[in-house]
Amino acid sequence: MAQVSSIADEQASTPLSSPKSIVLRISKFNPKLDESSKFMEFTVPYQKWTTVLEAILDVKKHFDHSVAVRYSCRQATCGSCGMMINGKPKLACFTKISELDSDVVTVEPMNNFPVIRDLTVGFEKLFEKHQKIQPYLIRDDSELESDEREFLQSPQEVEQYIQFANCIKCGLCNSACPTMATDSSFVGPQALAQAYRYVADSRDKGKDTRLNIIDESHGIWRCHFAGSCSQVCPKGVDPAMGIQFLRGYLLGFRS
Amino acid sequence: MTEDEHREGIKGMANPGRYGIERIAYLLMRLTGLGLLGYFIAHVYETSNILRGRMGWDDFLAMTQTTEGHIFLALVIGMCVFHTGNGIRIMLGHGGVGVGNPARPDYPYQPASQNYRQKIGIYSSIVLAAVAMMYGMAVMFGE
Ligand code: HEM
Ligand code: SF4
Ligand code: FES
Repeated sequence: MAQVSSIADEQASTPLSSPKSIVLRISKFNPKLDESSKFMEFTVPYQKWTTVLEAILDVKKHFDHSVAVRYSCRQATCGSCGMMINGKPKLACFTKISELDSDVVTVEPMNNFPVIRDLTVGFEKLFEKHQKIQPYLIRDDSELESDEREFLQSPQEVEQYIQFANCIKCGLCNSACPTMATDSSFVGPQALAQAYRYVADSRDKGKDTRLNIIDESHGIWRCHFAGSCSQVCPKGVDPAMGIQFLRGYLLGFRS
Repeated sequence: MTEDEHREGIKGMANPGRYGIERIAYLLMRLTGLGLLGYFIAHVYETSNILRGRMGWDDFLAMTQTTEGHIFLALVIGMCVFHTGNGIRIMLGHGGVGVGNPARPDYPYQPASQNYRQKIGIYSSIVLAAVAMMYGMAVMFGE
């Protein structure tokens, strides 16, 4: 099934004058039809600024429209385009070919997520676990008193959680996590980081509720602080930090 | 591993090549923990030889007087020192100590939890383990 092609006379999104090209290896797999995944190979020209997503879309446009890939924003905001790029989970729209420093770029579906087709994976479990930690402000007086206009916060209070609020639910962290690799029931770094995002919010009163939710056998105790989640996060969320702070509450290091 | 879950499995969990020294420390912690557990069980068995009297005890202990025995004990020393040193780092980390402070993230988003203190903890555990192994070997082989 492997096929070697190159963008010859057709018009590519990347100018053909580009002197540089890479071999893009795309994992093809349809769980409904195929026994195992296969790689298709394409020679794709690129410029300094060409992203992996653009290269995949070039392939779709000129060679094989059937390549399944999910994307939307193309600017690391929607969290749709996570995939394994040369073996590591990355956003395809946020990864330039030139920074990979390799003549061959291999793209595969993200690990630890069920494959829908080719590069597209299912996020049901990710969202389920995200919802499980109650990702919203919890407080009794959800209605404002008549003379108030908002729940005020100081810049310092905002600083406590704003980095965790950067999460775009791309799932890269869950894909890199060594616990997730063997335990798909593990709540995972994405959801745990979001639990901390709300616990650290001065407007929130749901700390005990959330600590109870994550204090279970497939909960926070399965984190071994390997830190891989934080190393792959494209938004600087640093889930490992949030998780250790949460555990600090449970262990009595913090109050 | 089922294909619908597409989990990386034990091979992915134990692959230390992709995520820096922190992931290597994670793997070493596992391996040394299991190694020490194995040693502990063997150690209980070994010391139970005292029930066979002085002869039995000396007989069994002679095993540790061989070159292989010395290398094995040096490995145990190394595992013990790394596991303890890195264990202290991890216990503090698990409590939220030394994992950095939340801040507005800026590109290129260096994760604060993977900071130099953690790296110093890991590297010094490795160096201490190596030094302890060398000292142990010097004592054992110098006899
Ligand atoms: C002062 C000595 C020790 C300290 C500070 C220590 C600390 C730790 C810590 C913090 C962990 C958890 C690591 C993680 O979360 O991934 C751990 C795991 C473990 N330890 Fe120790 N430990 C010590 C001695 C021992 C001894 C003597 C044994 C064996 C009898 C042992 C066997 C294990 C095992 C089997 C694990 C599980 C490894 C894993 O699943 O990753 N430890 N230790
Ligand atoms: S924490 Fe980072 S890597 Fe994980 S889902 Fe959120 S943005 Fe993606
Ligand atoms: S396309 Fe939206 S994050 Fe990549």
